[in-house]
Amino acid sequence: MDARTLREQILRGEATVLETVRSALADIDRRDGEVHAFLTVEKDYALERAAALDRELVELKAQGAVPPPLFGVPVAIKANLAWQGFETNCASRTLENWRAPYTATAVRRLVDAGAVPLGTTNMDEFAMGSSTENSCHGPTRNPRDLTRIPGGSSGGSAAAVAAGFVPLALGSDTGGSVRQPAALCGVAGFKPTYGRISRYGLVAFGSSLDQVSPIATNVGDLELALAILAGVDERDATCLREPAPRPQSVGLAGLRLGVLEMAPNSLEAGVEAAYNAAAAALEAAGAVLKPIALPHGDLAIPTYYVLATAEASSNLARYDGVRYGLRAKQYRDQAPAGGSLQEMFAATRRAAFGAEVKRRILLGTFVLSHGYQDAWYGRASRARRLLAQDYAAAFEQVDAIISPTSPCVAFPLGARTADPLSMYLADTLTVPASLAGLPAVSVPCHALAEERNGSGQDRQAELPVGLQFVGPAGEDARLLAMARAFEELAP
Amino acid sequence: MSAPTETTWVPVIGLEVHCQLKTASKIFCGCANRFGAPPNTLTCPVCTGQPGALPVLNDTALDLALRAGLALDCELASVSRFDRKNYFYCDLPKGYQITQYEVPFASGGGIELANGKHIRLTRIHMEEDAGKAIHDRGTHTLVDLNRAGVPLIEIVTEADMQSAAEAFEFLGLLKERLRFAGVSDCDMEKGSLRCDVNVSVHLPDEPWRTKVEVKNLNSFRHVRTAIEHEIARQISAYESEDPSRQPVQETRLFDVDSGTTRPMRGKEDEGDYRYFPDPDLVPVSASRERLEEQRRLLPELPAQRRERYVSEWRVGAREAAILTADRPLADFFEATVRALAENEGGAQAAAKWLTNDVLRIVGEQGTGSLSDMPLTPGQLARVISLVEGGELQRKGAQCLLARLITEGGEVDSLVVELGLAAVTDDGQLRAWCLAALAGRESVAAQVRAGNEKAIGALMGPVMGSSGGRADPARVRALLLELIREDGP
Ligand SMILES: [Zn+2]
Repeated sequence: MDARTLREQILRGEATVLETVRSALADIDRRDGEVHAFLTVEKDYALERAAALDRELVELKAQGAVPPPLFGVPVAIKANLAWQGFETNCASRTLENWRAPYTATAVRRLVDAGAVPLGTTNMDEFAMGSSTENSCHGPTRNPRDLTRIPGGSSGGSAAAVAAGFVPLALGSDTGGSVRQPAALCGVAGFKPTYGRISRYGLVAFGSSLDQVSPIATNVGDLELALAILAGVDERDATCLREPAPRPQSVGLAGLRLGVLEMAPNSLEAGVEAAYNAAAAALEAAGAVLKPIALPHGDLAIPTYYVLATAEASSNLARYDGVRYGLRAKQYRDQAPAGGSLQEMFAATRRAAFGAEVKRRILLGTFVLSHGYQDAWYGRASRARRLLAQDYAAAFEQVDAIISPTSPCVAFPLGARTADPLSMYLADTLTVPASLAGLPAVSVPCHALAEERNGSGQDRQAELPVGLQFVGPAGEDARLLAMARAFEELAP
Repeated sequence: MSAPTETTWVPVIGLEVHCQLKTASKIFCGCANRFGAPPNTLTCPVCTGQPGALPVLNDTALDLALRAGLALDCELASVSRFDRKNYFYCDLPKGYQITQYEVPFASGGGIELANGKHIRLTRIHMEEDAGKAIHDRGTHTLVDLNRAGVPLIEIVTEADMQSAAEAFEFLGLLKERLRFAGVSDCDMEKGSLRCDVNVSVHLPDEPWRTKVEVKNLNSFRHVRTAIEHEIARQISAYESEDPSRQPVQETRLFDVDSGTTRPMRGKEDEGDYRYFPDPDLVPVSASRERLEEQRRLLPELPAQRRERYVSEWRVGAREAAILTADRPLADFFEATVRALAENEGGAQAAAKWLTNDVLRIVGEQGTGSLSDMPLTPGQLARVISLVEGGELQRKGAQCLLARLITEGGEVDSLVVELGLAAVTDDGQLRAWCLAALAGRESVAAQVRAGNEKAIGALMGPVMGSSGGRADPARVRALLLELIREDGP
């Protein structure tokens, strides 16, 4: 059941908020042991808030007032969004038991809209990863196939929605961290235009790429989430100075869609079949398909891993054990004889971070180093501009560009952990829009393929596939409207 | 080293001056920018570097920075940018300092010394201050983040100075301009002005030798001593030709007790800062309107004011210098002059009263400056008018000013309340003169014999009887009249 239906049910008095929240918590109790979508479940808070909302509803009804748009809806929050008073640990030992002293703008807006956060969801440590296996609390499993990864880094949020624990969850998307797990778990995920949703309170990974991004069971709920989450925030200098966009509607007939040119054999067979079926369905509905190439598209992955790691190396410097978070054990009470501050930082950071985070900090430190900066960081910045120009040129010809969200379906746990590069390549199709700061949404499209092929025996073929729509900067609402029109084509 | 050779070496000195901007709040958050609060009470998620917190530029900090640039005749960039300077230290909450590296907001400009030499500025950039680490508390290092995020400008000069005296003079002029512009308190004791110096020496027509940086200079006097010491140390080292003593490019710390410099321990300063544009902040644009607004708010600077006081208002050079040492004082002076516009020579009178009596009385209070006292320019002007109109004597005026400065009040009613009105009744004055003459026949005789100066011995008693309220000129005339009337 989606968020809007759940709210309607509550408003009609078919279920109280308390019953709704209790049932969600019971469901989590029963099934999250195997999925492991949540890192923390704030039961007491959720029940108390639910009861308070029920009381509020009586008053609102008495006044004839309209309850806010997420009234009573249980939601989940990725563990990298500050939530005052609650543990926001980023799946890192560094922030184990760290309780945020303030609340992120996005979380605040959800709560103000009447939502009931149930807890924080699992993720790759500091959002660095594509499988949610880089969590210091262990991986999340894909609710569609528990032997497989849910994608990442917002794997916990995608799994929480896919498992039906909550209809709506917040994630964050830096290079595909919401779109890819949404695709792999068979739900909808939306990364807005850079700056559309305030980053205040989103623990930074790659600041020029990070966007708070919602995950839901359908596009309509994403549109609602955008209306709630977007808008001016004085606490984020990079946040757009525009009000939240209003939902639009777009017909598929005559819509010009760019079909992204990809290297041959770059997609898994199941993905390719689902994607072709989706493209065919769009064409049948009247969309005009047109091949679109991004001349600098092959620079996207190296560019992304230079820029994101450069920013990460600086963003993660604050975890030094001085003010909060983990401090190396031997320095906890007082410095060992002869121990210097620099040694404390080193010992703390050695103990605090997992292997992938360390790898990216080292990479990022290297690409910013004196003598190497122009060759790496400088060139990557230029490549990023070229890619943005490619997109700008493409959007003179088409309204949006489609591609699969991920070149592969969910892979088995542990399949790629030994090979970081193969893991990085999982982001090939999501990273370009991130670099250009463009809005992009992933919508499930495997149902269409199943219908066409009628194949049900092959397990791989049953796994979810996402169709990605990328739109021009600022056209978030229009892009979501297209995605919703596509969604309506599927059974 | 012998004196003649010493003079052949030419010192080369450049300064890096950090100056805290006088904003109400910090540069990237809403915390108060205030000195002296209990440790870690002026902090928030942003300036303590909590995960997820973001900086937002304080517009006033930008305005003050731009005004500083205007006050120092810099070229102001229409767009500047913030970068991150990455290094680890316990007083640096984010593990990087937000500063302007590639594109500072101001460049060029400079200040002219009294000898006509122009000291050029390389650039000025904005940045955030770090917190304060306190190391001398046993085995612990304590960190106070009240200062973290206080807005700074860093002013970098060209190596245009050749002596400690020139550097000292430059700093004085810089401080004067920044204080006048209302940009900073420039109080070295409170750390709102900090200065690092770069010193090297060379022989005429030879390239400059190794540059040495000296830090930890907490007063103007230290700056001078450190430069003098460093010049002497470098010259002596070069002249000794002892390879082990040759200056190396390094950072040295000034030792306050010995007045010498020593190498900074460790290599903390030699990091690779990995500067890159801060993705959390947008480019800073200084629009034409914004610059015009700051130009409008930029007061006339001290040198121009001094010039105007002397040439237009005929104020003495020494008084003009005193009056322009401080902007509130100069503003007070000008307001007094305006209030005295009707009076011939009002400016000269105001300058005299301010620099002699008012500042002396303020000084006697021990703490605070004129602007903290209740006396207003209008009141001072009224006092001066009363004196010039003969309604108040100098003594009485001083007494009245002391009361106005310490407690305040209304001029005319205080004159009555304190009984300070000048005695203009000749009958009364004559009576006091006669009383003074009684029994002082020898004085009268001397005067009659042509020694008019002897009359001084009679003035005191008369003025005493009047409680300072008599006009000395009138008393003198009356005395002469009485002595002559009485004479043979
Ligand atoms: Zn603060």
